[in-house]
Order: sequence, then C-alpha cells, then structure tokens
Amino acid sequence: MTTPVLDVQGLYYVYPDGTRALDGADLHVHRGERVALLGPNGAGKTTLVLHLNGILGGDAGSGGGTVEVSGMPVGKDTLPEIRRRVGIVFQDPDDQLFMPTVRDDVAFGPANLGLRGAELEARVAEALAAVGMAAYADRPPHHLSFGQRRRVAVATVLAMRPEILVLDEPSSNLDPASRRELAEIILGLDVTVLMVTHDLPYALQLCERSVILAQGRIVADAPTREVLANSALMAAHRLELPFGFDPAATR
Amino acid sequence: MGAEHTHGLHLPGQSTVHRLPAHLKIVSTLAFVLLVVATPREATWPYAVHLAALMLVARTARVPAAYLATRLVVEVPFVVFAVVLPFVATGPRISVLGLSVSEPGLVAAWALLAKGTLGVLAALLLAATTEPRDLLTGLTRLRLPRQLVEIMGFMVRYVEVVTGDLRRMSIALASRGFDARSPRQWPVLATCLGALFVRSYERGERVHLAMLSRGYAGSLPVLDAAPLRVGDLVVAAALPTMAAVGMGAAVLTR
Repeated sequence: MTTPVLDVQGLYYVYPDGTRALDGADLHVHRGERVALLGPNGAGKTTLVLHLNGILGGDAGSGGGTVEVSGMPVGKDTLPEIRRRVGIVFQDPDDQLFMPTVRDDVAFGPANLGLRGAELEARVAEALAAVGMAAYADRPPHHLSFGQRRRVAVATVLAMRPEILVLDEPSSNLDPASRRELAEIILGLDVTVLMVTHDLPYALQLCERSVILAQGRIVADAPTREVLANSALMAAHRLELPFGFDPAATR
Repeated sequence: MGAEHTHGLHLPGQSTVHRLPAHLKIVSTLAFVLLVVATPREATWPYAVHLAALMLVARTARVPAAYLATRLVVEVPFVVFAVVLPFVATGPRISVLGLSVSEPGLVAAWALLAKGTLGVLAALLLAATTEPRDLLTGLTRLRLPRQLVEIMGFMVRYVEVVTGDLRRMSIALASRGFDARSPRQWPVLATCLGALFVRSYERGERVHLAMLSRGYAGSLPVLDAAPLRVGDLVVAAALPTMAAVGMGAAVLTR
C-alpha cells in the first residue's frame, strides 16, 4: 500500500478549559479519495481539521498523537511545507478572503511560498479558472455574492497546489444552484478531498467514503451509502437525513 | 449583497489623474495641503488660486462638482466651529450686518473655513481618483511602516462586514420593538457594541488562522511595483506647483 496522503494516529486534544475535544482519533485518507467527515455539533470536527495543518497540537500536556501528510510529520520545522500540502477552506469566506482584491487574495498563499512575477500570475489564473471565477480577478471580495466568495476561497487554497483539500462545511449558506455549481467544481478537481459536513446528501454526491467522528473518536468508516443506510448508527450519533431523502434511491 | 456598487468615495475613471501612480498622488495632495496651510490668511485671492488649481484637477479627472459638493458634508463640524468663532473670540469688535463680532475671530473663522474646505476637497479628489487598494500600495511605496498599512488594509476589507453585522443587530433589535431614543435604553446599545467588538475580535482570530493556514509568516507579500516615469512626476508636481505660486505670491505681497 502507498503512503496515505493523510495519516492521523491516536490524536487527542484537551482545550484549556478542560473540554476533551479529541480522544484518540485515527484517520487515513489515500491519494485521489474523497472522504466526508460527519458528526454532530461538538464532536471535534473543527478541532481535528485544525490539527491537520498544525494550527493546533504540538504542545505536550494538552494533546498527543501524530499527524503525517504524505509521510511528513506535522511539527514546528515542517509547518511551511505542511501548510502548502494541506489546503483548508474555512466555513466563512469572509474569514478567508481578506485582501483588497480577489487576485491579491489568491496570490497570497503562493506568494508566501516564494512565487513571484509571471509564475505567480500563472498560478493565480489557473486557480481562478478552476473555480470559474477568472472574470472576477480585479473585484474586491466584499462585492461578490456569497457563492462566488466561497468559490474564490477554494481558489485561494488551490493556488498553493495542495495534496489534500480540506473543506469545512462547503455547502453551508449556499442556495441550491450555488451548491450544485460548487459540487461540479469539486468533482472536476484532480485532488484528494476531506470534507466536513452536516449536508448528508452532499456527502453522498461527492464522497465515496464517509467517517463519523463522535466524542473525539472515529466511530464509523465505510462507503457513504452504507453509512447513511445504517439507521441505528446514524441515530446513535445524532445524524439525520433530510425529510424524504432516501440514499438507496439515488444511484 | 453582490450587487454592482463601488466604494463610497471612489469614482472609477481612466483620466490622467486616475492613472497617475498612487504614491505620487499622495505626496502631491499632502504638499498641496501643507502649502494651503502655510498661505497667509490676510488676503483672499491666494485662496482663489488654490481653488482654481483644484478645479483644474477635478476637470482633468472628470469628477463632477456635485459629486464633491455632496461629500463636503464631512466638514460640517468645522463649519459650525467657524461660525461660532467670531462671536466667542476676544479682541477688537466690529459690526457686521448689525451684529457685533470679534475681528480676529472673523479672520480666524475665514481662514479655518477656507483652509479646511481646500484640504477636504484635495483629499476627496485623491479618494475619488484612487482605488483604496492603490492607496495602500502607494503608502507602502512611501515607506509607511508595513504594520500600519496592513491595519488600514484590513479596515478597508472588513469595514463593510462589521457595519453589516451592526446593521443586522439593529434590525434584530428593532424587530423586537426596541427604540433607542430614551437614555434608559443606552445600556442595551452598550451591550450591542460590546457584542460587536467580541464578534469582530473573534473574526480577527479566525482570519489570522486562515492566514496561517496559507503560509503567513509575519508580512504580507508586496505584489506590484511599477517603475517610476518622469512624465508622471511632472503631472504630479502640477498641483503643488500651482499652490506654491499662489502661496509664494501671497507671502511676497504681504
């Protein structure tokens, strides 16, 4: 078996107030996979995501376990390369887009990697084209619609050519058309994806495999259709399908 | 949201003034303002020269007079002060329209009004012809400390997000029958502002996380620096030169 793109082993983390957010989480994601990370509110999903690029973790006492990205352990000296390899798209695009124009924002990541001039411009153009936002390069982010801002947020991360794209609630607050357009964009990308979501039909549409995080541990790991069809498992972890949605009916 | 709307003060265009590099425009505006402030206040005609110079710039930039006039409202607090000044200042008094006013106060009010209006007009012209983003790169090129420019950049980016938050909060308050006219309601407003501060602070933390996630290591990359052209320098020097002529003549003929 090849080295997994993402290899999380025995991760635990306690917040300063004593909340045990992660309690021995194990997760492997292989190249080309699209995996949905499901779980109720407060299960530790965001905490796990912030460990993947070393924002959290690394300090003894509050945490433990290891995270490796394509064989490289997450640690202080590997942080710049880890943050290139793991591209996180946060839930609120207003948090992610902070530069005066879309172009500057998409250029921010690759410029931090040391790219300049024509090479940087090419990288920005490529990332914006991948999400269908090339025509908006000179616009300020706050003049775009919410769906457009989310797509630009994806581009800001794609511009760093990550090995794994981590999406935190990618479909939240999107209207159905923007939600579908984003799905088409994600399906068209040649990149490994880990997607945190409460939107179970979206998980079924985009991810062949799903894992459930509950009380800081991975409690289920199976093909998405099987996970969603297992009503006992779903009920045990406060996961519910939208009214009238039957995972067996969508093929 | 997402509708086509431009930044409050900026007026998009393609004129010579619009295309001038931002850092030259900033220096030019600053020099103009300093010269206006240094102009002796006894004579009125040098101020006419200054105003003519500004109108020339506005004409070249195709900024309509009405556009500038409506935005002069920002000056109102100073105007109020200038109007009050002749009545409260000391010194020999003269009679104007049957009212007894202080002569030095009257001169000071005139100077305040004239210099203030010219300064605000110059700043408005700069804002109308320069994108906020270009202003920031201009300030960076003028070697303003990077941290200051970055703080201004975040302000430009997030002012609409924060005012949006505030608007939604006040709509939510009004929807539950809140009316802020009585001083007894002020504690609610204070709580509201406190909540807005906490929200903005938390957003700041999330923005910082998102920046770290994309490899931020303490400084924003400088992305463009067009070479300086002599022609641009000459154009940028035009406004302060006209003001210098007006100011110089006023000093010499005093």
